[in-house]
Amino acid sequence: MSAVTLGLPSFPPRSPEGAGFLRGAEKFPAAAHHELANAQLRRNIGKATHTIRAKRIHVTEELPDWEELRDAGSAIKTDVMARLPELLEQFEAAVIARGGTVHWAADANEANAIVTELVKTTGSDEVIKVKSMATQEIGLNEHLETQGITAYETDLAELIVQLGHDKPSHILVPAIHRNRSEIREIFLREMPDVDPELGDNPAELAAAARKFLRHKFMTTPVAISGANFGIADTGTLTVVESEGNGRMCLTLPKTLITVMGIEKILPTYRDLEVFLQLLPRSSTGERMNPYTSMWTGVTPGDGPQEFHLVLLDNGRTAALADKIGREALNCIRCSACLNVCPVYERTGGHAYGSTYPGPIGAVLTPQLAGMHGKDDPNSTLPFASTLCGACFDACPVKIDIPSLLVELRHQKVEQSGVTAEALAMKAASYAMSSSTRWTAAQKAAGLGRIVAGKKGKISTLPPPLNGWTAARDIPAPPKQTFRSWWDSDEGRAALDQARRGAHPDSDGKAEK
Amino acid sequence: MRVALFATCIGDTMFPDAAKATALLLTRLGHDVVFPSGQTCCGQMHVNTGYQPEALPLVTNYADTFGDISIDAVVAPSGSCVGSVRHQHEIVAERYGTASLCGQVKTVKAKTYELSEFLVDVLGVTDVGAYFPHRVTYHPTCHSLRMLRVGDKPLQLLRNVRDIDLVELPEADSCCGFGGTFAIKNAETSTAMLADKIRHVADTGAEFCSAGDSSCLMHIGGGLSRLQMGTKTIHLAEILASVESRVHA
Repeated sequence: MSAVTLGLPSFPPRSPEGAGFLRGAEKFPAAAHHELANAQLRRNIGKATHTIRAKRIHVTEELPDWEELRDAGSAIKTDVMARLPELLEQFEAAVIARGGTVHWAADANEANAIVTELVKTTGSDEVIKVKSMATQEIGLNEHLETQGITAYETDLAELIVQLGHDKPSHILVPAIHRNRSEIREIFLREMPDVDPELGDNPAELAAAARKFLRHKFMTTPVAISGANFGIADTGTLTVVESEGNGRMCLTLPKTLITVMGIEKILPTYRDLEVFLQLLPRSSTGERMNPYTSMWTGVTPGDGPQEFHLVLLDNGRTAALADKIGREALNCIRCSACLNVCPVYERTGGHAYGSTYPGPIGAVLTPQLAGMHGKDDPNSTLPFASTLCGACFDACPVKIDIPSLLVELRHQKVEQSGVTAEALAMKAASYAMSSSTRWTAAQKAAGLGRIVAGKKGKISTLPPPLNGWTAARDIPAPPKQTFRSWWDSDEGRAALDQARRGAHPDSDGKAEK
Repeated sequence: MRVALFATCIGDTMFPDAAKATALLLTRLGHDVVFPSGQTCCGQMHVNTGYQPEALPLVTNYADTFGDISIDAVVAPSGSCVGSVRHQHEIVAERYGTASLCGQVKTVKAKTYELSEFLVDVLGVTDVGAYFPHRVTYHPTCHSLRMLRVGDKPLQLLRNVRDIDLVELPEADSCCGFGGTFAIKNAETSTAMLADKIRHVADTGAEFCSAGDSSCLMHIGGGLSRLQMGTKTIHLAEILASVESRVHA
């Protein structure tokens, strides 16, 4: 029996530090600095996001009930988060009833240990993988490697990333930062038995990957997948994909291990109706994804004969405990927010340092893994946005990402204590909370005219404001504030003239 | 109509011409424009940077200043400040304020408008009788576009300006990269976004880049100035307030 502690509520654990990929090595501005210098990356990302963006708008605008679908998606996910514990229990029971085995993993370390043990039991030292964000989040491939097990990614873009000893930079298009000549070089260098005459056209590259992967599909007895959806009432798991490589993994091997974040639940089979419309249109700009695979437990003589489901928390209940921030768990990983984000477009995904880049990553990552003080790279993520709102408009389940970013900024500031910025903000608040003090402060701002000098603009400022003047001038403050103009004779005369302009007849008479 | 002008802190201090133009325009249209001198700042900078308790006195001051029942409407030449009043004041008041402040905030936000909204939705005017014989392109700032949903109201107004040569801005709805303290905290990314915005402005060959927010214009204008490009920035209100000088004036 466990001890009962009264009085102090214990908060759910975050994802542990050092396990998986929910924390970058550098703060966002520093990481962005490197990425911004890579002109090729910016061209590749700019081209790809613009293409997907245009396709998405085309296929969403053609649906007369798109907004209603978004509302439905949002409502279903909000309901799921409100009763997640009961839905998970229902789901677990349904999976077991259909012959699956369910494992619960509190964090990345537990999930990695469970999967390793399961693979070792099969006797195989190789696994094939379906593209999965959850296994990337926990660093499963890297962990398996340390245990002597080689994991092969079978999604073409993931394979490119894996063979390139690289990290994915986009949720849906992990190799978005690579162009085809770079991919050709990676294949030539890393793929066994590749034709040295390999060209860089997409068909040839795909054929080379197909040859390599076919062999893996036919010879590897264990597959590991994630899941797009888990249906509580039937225990059904779903993976949607474009290439069919995922389906090969889901059907050919003897053992299938699925790692699924606990937030991926949908209450009923019918709810798929909503999400199978929302997801492909938002992510790839397609009306329907080419392959939708669903499986429920095991079926004798057909498909994998052993099915293990690892239900992963890794900070999700910590996010769920935040009544504002939990909305981020509604995310269905479509990446529409990445494709419209002007910050992502310039910096790419690596700058976010997490498996989850872009706007949704900027709210999800700090919630899953925490913001541990001012030196934590994750504490800079909520600030990696101009709050332009494009992500909110694009999100198929209407996650209000800008408001979540603002909330996380608030939480970060609350944790940070006294900083130079906090003192400045407090001083500004004090000055601006009374018009008398504000008018005095405006007079002080007029000193800027001295700094500006004759050219009437300021081109250098001390830190931290030098970030602004590195590329932008500031005009000299005007001689007269608006409020002093308003009280001046000049202001009164101008308003008087405008007033006469409002009534041309009387104005005309007065002039005569 | 008795209209209170909210000049905004940056408008009052750095860009008084936009506030002057708003006051003159609304006066010319026959309204009784007042400037409550107790006004300071909407608190957006504080909220957006994470300082919600520090925003409370500003939210309170805004509600006190514009809560006056003799005021029919509050109009500001800024989409983002009105966005803050509409979407953030209640959050701050509910978290840190009193119940009476929450009520006050709701009342005041319901009568606060961005300029183009006020002209088109409240006054029902799309032709304000303006005259501006220049080539102009328009940047629809993010908060006007996506927080306030002003849609094409500013363009409806601009299309009716006499002798204006209005040219479409490529990728108009992409952010200029300002984002308040983002421009300082992520200066390099902000600059990369600005560079694209400026390139698009240059492509139009416009003499003026216009917008409904002085802060975005400060950002775009700051970049144009550094690159010594000829294009100038101008607030939407200034174009709408421009009239052809009368012969007898």
